[in-house]
Amino acid sequence: MNKNKNKNEIFSKPNTDKNTSNAQKHKKNSNHAIIFSSAVVCLLFICMSIFMVRYSMTHEIEMFDNSYNSYAKRLSKEYLRGKIYSSDGEILAYSEGASTQEQSRVYPYANMFAHAIGYSTHGRMGVESIANYYLLNYHSGIVNAAHANAELEMLTADSVYTTLDTSLQQIAYDSLGVYKGAVIITEVDTGRILAMVSKPDFDPNQIDQTWNEMLNDPENTSLLNRVTQGLYPPGSTFKIITTLEYLRENNGSYDGYGFNCTGSFTYDGNTIRCYHGSVHGGLDFPTSFAKSCNSSFANIGIGLDKDKFSKTLKDLMFEEELPYDLPSSVSHTNISPELDSHNMMQASIGQGQDSISPLHLNMITCAIANGGELMRPHLVDKVVSESGSDVKTFTSQSEGRLITEEESAKLTELMIGVVQNGTAKRLKDLSYTAAGKTGSAEYSSATKDDSHAWFTGFAPAEDPQIAVTIIIEGAGSGGEYAVPIAKRMFDGYFAQNVNSEEPDQQENAATDQ
Amino acid sequence: MIAYLEIFITELSRYFLGIFIALYAFTGIIVLFRDDEYYSNDGIYIFQNFLMFLFHFSSFLCLCFKSDNMKLMGFYAATELLMIGIILIAKILYPLSDKLMTNNMCMLMTVGFVILTRLNYNKALKQFFIVTASMIITMGVPFVIRRFKFLYTFKWIYASIGIAALGAVLIAGTVTYGANISYTLGGITFQPSELIKIVFVFFVASGFVRARGMTEVLVTASIALVHVLILVLSRDLGSALIYAVVYVIMVYIATGNFVYVGIGALGAAVSGMLAYNLFTHVQERIQAWIDPWTTIDDTGYQITQSLFALSSGSFWGLGLNKGNPGTIPFVEDDFVFSAIVEEMGFVTGISVLTICVICFLRSMQVAAGLNSMFYRLLAAGLGSAYIFQVFLTVGGGVKFIPLTGVTLPFISYGGSSVLTSILLFEVLCGVTLVAGDERAFYEKQQAAS
Repeated sequence: MNKNKNKNEIFSKPNTDKNTSNAQKHKKNSNHAIIFSSAVVCLLFICMSIFMVRYSMTHEIEMFDNSYNSYAKRLSKEYLRGKIYSSDGEILAYSEGASTQEQSRVYPYANMFAHAIGYSTHGRMGVESIANYYLLNYHSGIVNAAHANAELEMLTADSVYTTLDTSLQQIAYDSLGVYKGAVIITEVDTGRILAMVSKPDFDPNQIDQTWNEMLNDPENTSLLNRVTQGLYPPGSTFKIITTLEYLRENNGSYDGYGFNCTGSFTYDGNTIRCYHGSVHGGLDFPTSFAKSCNSSFANIGIGLDKDKFSKTLKDLMFEEELPYDLPSSVSHTNISPELDSHNMMQASIGQGQDSISPLHLNMITCAIANGGELMRPHLVDKVVSESGSDVKTFTSQSEGRLITEEESAKLTELMIGVVQNGTAKRLKDLSYTAAGKTGSAEYSSATKDDSHAWFTGFAPAEDPQIAVTIIIEGAGSGGEYAVPIAKRMFDGYFAQNVNSEEPDQQENAATDQ
Repeated sequence: MIAYLEIFITELSRYFLGIFIALYAFTGIIVLFRDDEYYSNDGIYIFQNFLMFLFHFSSFLCLCFKSDNMKLMGFYAATELLMIGIILIAKILYPLSDKLMTNNMCMLMTVGFVILTRLNYNKALKQFFIVTASMIITMGVPFVIRRFKFLYTFKWIYASIGIAALGAVLIAGTVTYGANISYTLGGITFQPSELIKIVFVFFVASGFVRARGMTEVLVTASIALVHVLILVLSRDLGSALIYAVVYVIMVYIATGNFVYVGIGALGAAVSGMLAYNLFTHVQERIQAWIDPWTTIDDTGYQITQSLFALSSGSFWGLGLNKGNPGTIPFVEDDFVFSAIVEEMGFVTGISVLTICVICFLRSMQVAAGLNSMFYRLLAAGLGSAYIFQVFLTVGGGVKFIPLTGVTLPFISYGGSSVLTSILLFEVLCGVTLVAGDERAFYEKQQAAS
């Protein structure tokens, strides 16, 4: 009885004013509040789930490589680290050992690919770093895994095919000889890096033994990849950029430019001299470029708008990270609206405060060769599982247009001139037409040789395939020392690729293995 | 042969686990749209129990293979019996109770047992006893809610209990010079603010029984503010946030007036700014949320380890015992969701979230069906408290919002967390019974008139 009374009381409470439309309205509002709150909660949970999945997907490799993440370490104990192949199917790195817990890495080519392939202990470098995620993951299927588990065999993680070509790498490596320096060869329309050499080098097989020695000796720069992390005064190679700026300020034309070189150029009491005191005489623009006349370019530089020049430099990725898979040095000039005329003259010929990495110069060269569009330079072609199936293929990626097609054509024309009647004559009259620019970057030092030899260029000029950038530290002039090496590189490439445009080497690779 | 079998069981189980629980969540959504009054859902509920069993069994089988520890099968039997017991007892004691809620609770607890067994067997064992004890303690709660219709008259008693209990914790914490918001007894942690949460919902619900005007809002708001301030002073910011949000939702539903939500949002913005400027630990949390990577060895450690776990788990997970969730500090408490995703994948993780949201939506459905404001607010308030806690802990673990350090109901390890979650569901179960009575009452009235 009592129970019933209570029951009625609570249920009839809203009932007392139920007849009034006010209560009806109130219940409706309250129900709307319930529906609205429910909808908001559902929306929040949907957003949260999407965020969670998206964040994990977009940051997956970055998080995998983070040294605080134990996942990679666990995988490295579970599988043999994957193999690294050259594009022509040679094994550049593989792992072996009694068990997956105590595996060691073997680099059959030792020093030759030291910086390009890198190492995976003591931190990571080169392809070992770029492809770390793929070299530790396994995609050969559950049947193989079960079989290996039953037979107590070791499982090998996925393999990586690089873009590197062993014969070009060999030529580049041998050509540098005992010099310090760097060489990079890139396919201009894809950005595939065919060779990457930096000297002095090290033996990645011995990295555990030599690591402390290399690290503790401040004079030892063997670990430094000079291609990506070296910063050099660009010297006369910078005249490409000064020329580009001149074209941009003169409606894309250099007709009508004239200069009489007396071996030096003086402005506001400051003097710029031509390399080794050469006197070039009366010059038009193409000849100034071909002969690499410092005086003429100092004269051009004085006339340029510094504000516009810094914008052009920004277009060419100065003062910023390069689009590359590994950390690279940031190239620098001190060209700014406040720069005085002396430093401006220096900057225009690539001396003074100018600095550039070989990779960067190679990228600019590639863009010129590729009609102005830059393809992202990369070292990894594809990932293949141990059972032979493709896990992932890396396609060429455009980084956008650095210069216009007209500018690219003009610069190509000038760079052909350098080969035909300028400082790179040693590349003249070959089975292919090369285009390029030399540089002899002077630096102050007590030693006798006081300039780095540069060459950057591409071939064939009419349908560019590869771009080669070379720097030899302290060798002397670019025309004398860097150009012959470039010739060997081009010769090597065209000897290989004369008949077939793109040999299908990856097929051999699979059977080799 | 065993070696072959082992690989196949452990490799394929991660897909099966995800499929089982995803199917379960899907059936839950279907039931939401099929009112038990008009449709017969018994088949679906039994199918859910079957999926639950499959999930439970295969995950424990996988754990046994991976750890070579067959005694886990004994523990499996014990937990399975517990689940069957919970479902049967609910059926016998309260035949009219909501089977969807009971099933969801058991499914979530199953996931909890699996991941806790994987993380820490001893804690899983303790959790088993906590769950059993909590179920026994709270068994009579639906009966009390259904029969004792005067619960709405205890407004000031609820307020006093809440303020006194939270105040005692604050004073005890000040005396020991720490941010002591929890007590540990025999390895079982009790955090009073969790249990008081339920009392707080009772208080707010009883505050709007007679009228829902400005006076009621002001009175309840000032009492609610006292609760929240005490929690802030005890540095229990996660709970403070839950209390505040639950209060605002309840006022919104009580009055049907969106203005209060606006005022609440404004208040949240102002107090958020104040908290940021006053407390260094709030600043740390916010910084660690915006950019955990620069402080990865310090304040960002927890969240980055959690993100690593999520990303290595990906869609299907690494498989039970194949991950390394032990690197996340407090993984059994605040970061259990990340451990679930690492080993069982996003599919399982999102299914768990879906089940949580289904529980919330069901409580809102019950609320919307009720005429009595007290029970309506009770259902909505408890559902909101539950889902907001899920949101805080999961959102914090996946870097969607800053970390607050609350537990995942039914899944996380912890004494008060489990007891509170079970009590909350038992109260909801009682409210469901009341809703049935109310419907019957009006039908009878209508038939009479």
